[in-house]
Amino acid sequence: MDLIIEGVRQAVGLMVSGDAELWSVIWLSLRVSGLATLLSLCLGIPAGAALALNSFWGRRVVIGLVNTGMGLPPVVVGLFVTILLWRNGPLGLFRLLYTPTAMIIAQCVIATPVVTGLTVAAMQSLNPRLRLQLLALGATRPQLVWLLIREARLPILAGVMAGFGAVISEIGASMMVGGNILGQTRVLTTATVMETSKGNFALAIALSLVLLLLMLLVNGLLTWVQQRQRPL
Amino acid sequence: MRHLSLVLLILLLAACGGPTQTASAPKAAATTAPTAPTTAPVAPTAVPPSPVPPTATKAPATATTAPTAAPTTAPAAAKPANPDLILATTTSTQDSGLLDVLIPRFQTQTGYVVKTVAVGSGQAMTMGERGEADVLLVHSPDAEVKFMEGGHGTKRLLVMHNDFIIIGPPADPAKIKDIKSSVDALKKIADAKALFLSRGDNSGTDALEKKLWGQAGSVPKGQTWYQETGQGMGATLNVANEKEAYTITDRATYLARKKDLKLDILVEGDKPLLNIYHVIPVNPTKSPRINAAGGQAFADFMVASDTQKFIAAFGVDKYGTALFFPDAGKSEAEVGQ
Repeated sequence: MDLIIEGVRQAVGLMVSGDAELWSVIWLSLRVSGLATLLSLCLGIPAGAALALNSFWGRRVVIGLVNTGMGLPPVVVGLFVTILLWRNGPLGLFRLLYTPTAMIIAQCVIATPVVTGLTVAAMQSLNPRLRLQLLALGATRPQLVWLLIREARLPILAGVMAGFGAVISEIGASMMVGGNILGQTRVLTTATVMETSKGNFALAIALSLVLLLLMLLVNGLLTWVQQRQRPL
Repeated sequence: MRHLSLVLLILLLAACGGPTQTASAPKAAATTAPTAPTTAPVAPTAVPPSPVPPTATKAPATATTAPTAAPTTAPAAAKPANPDLILATTTSTQDSGLLDVLIPRFQTQTGYVVKTVAVGSGQAMTMGERGEADVLLVHSPDAEVKFMEGGHGTKRLLVMHNDFIIIGPPADPAKIKDIKSSVDALKKIADAKALFLSRGDNSGTDALEKKLWGQAGSVPKGQTWYQETGQGMGATLNVANEKEAYTITDRATYLARKKDLKLDILVEGDKPLLNIYHVIPVNPTKSPRINAAGGQAFADFMVASDTQKFIAAFGVDKYGTALFFPDAGKSEAEVGQ
């Protein structure tokens, strides 16, 4: 118990004093996971919309795969991305292993199925008559897709939060492809594991608290966007 | 509405795409960083422990510290042609805190940007064999000899040593305290079927432990009292502490962690318990992407007399005793005599 109190005290102390190392770790966590989430939106929302609105052979199989991908284990992603990015591996010439870019790639792989799967579910939960009505009103295909996505924005935003939550709290992939290098690829989760193994439990608790606070801020912001207009 | 949320997200990202400390980050930040003049490329990515007192400035602290650190370093070293250097090393050098102070010194002196990957010695050498690391700092002598025989390293330089110790709960259920021979102590643990924790991760410590068990009869893999954590030394100490188990650890990690452990040193000073660290630059013929000059520079740095003095002093202020003993230039047989 004393450790937790000490952890809280250290967390406050570190943030108030503007500890450079801590802030660099926080920025990196936010930047890597934020960019990964953004990329996953660019990929996941169109993909989810396409899956929800088109019928084609094998569609159910694809949706099943996407849904399975929502639980993609980060260590598995980390392992495969590591092997691909090894400098003597297939993508080695880009020299990406142990860089924030590598972490963004891995986290994007983790978040994209989450966003895609929840987009599919969100769009399929729309009243099918809406689509007919929009078509009857003369909407073009792009207009139709755009309006349907707009209509499903609340559950899609929930998907964004789920995706961001998955990657900012993820550790296996970040540790493997990033390497937990001080000042380069050390993020809040990997720093927490390292400090725990160093026995700096209070600092580890402080880092966890900062992570929770960060998630609260980001999700609070997204929730604000989501819930702004109305109580039903 | 939805594009508003996107805009917000982008703003958020732009906010954190600001000045970065890393050499590699600009790649990732390039899309978002609006102004941010990048700091001198040689600015140590790690904020050195002492020079800059934590300031209470509101601006991102990275921006305030990096420039102050840069002037001292920038002129010191000409920037190497290929500054990216991958060091594969053991968890003990990281968990004891030694690398946290050595790496910034090396980066300041030479301008290299080190990517330290702290893994077990076994994995470090596998990385070397595959050309995925430029230089190794490891402590698994038998495996190192094989590594050199395989032509994977250019040279193998003795850096420092400390020793392994057998630790366990103060109650000492297997009664091994003050036994001189580590092998005899393990035999007694096996006879008493007292809980023993193995790293089980093919690290240098793990290799030594397996070797000692081999001399004591056989590795007790599969016995209920013999458990493998599969984790680094620090994490394994945590588990041993909770389970009141025996384990073998390097002295540096133990001393660094002593304050929150209820585990005592039970066996020490036995010759086979010597823990010897070597630095090995990886053979560049293995892959054109190996940074041979950087690997060599790191090896030179580790055996340089300044660094050796620094290693000798490391930890004395905090633990009252040195964690590592410098050995550059000695032969392996001379170590620990």
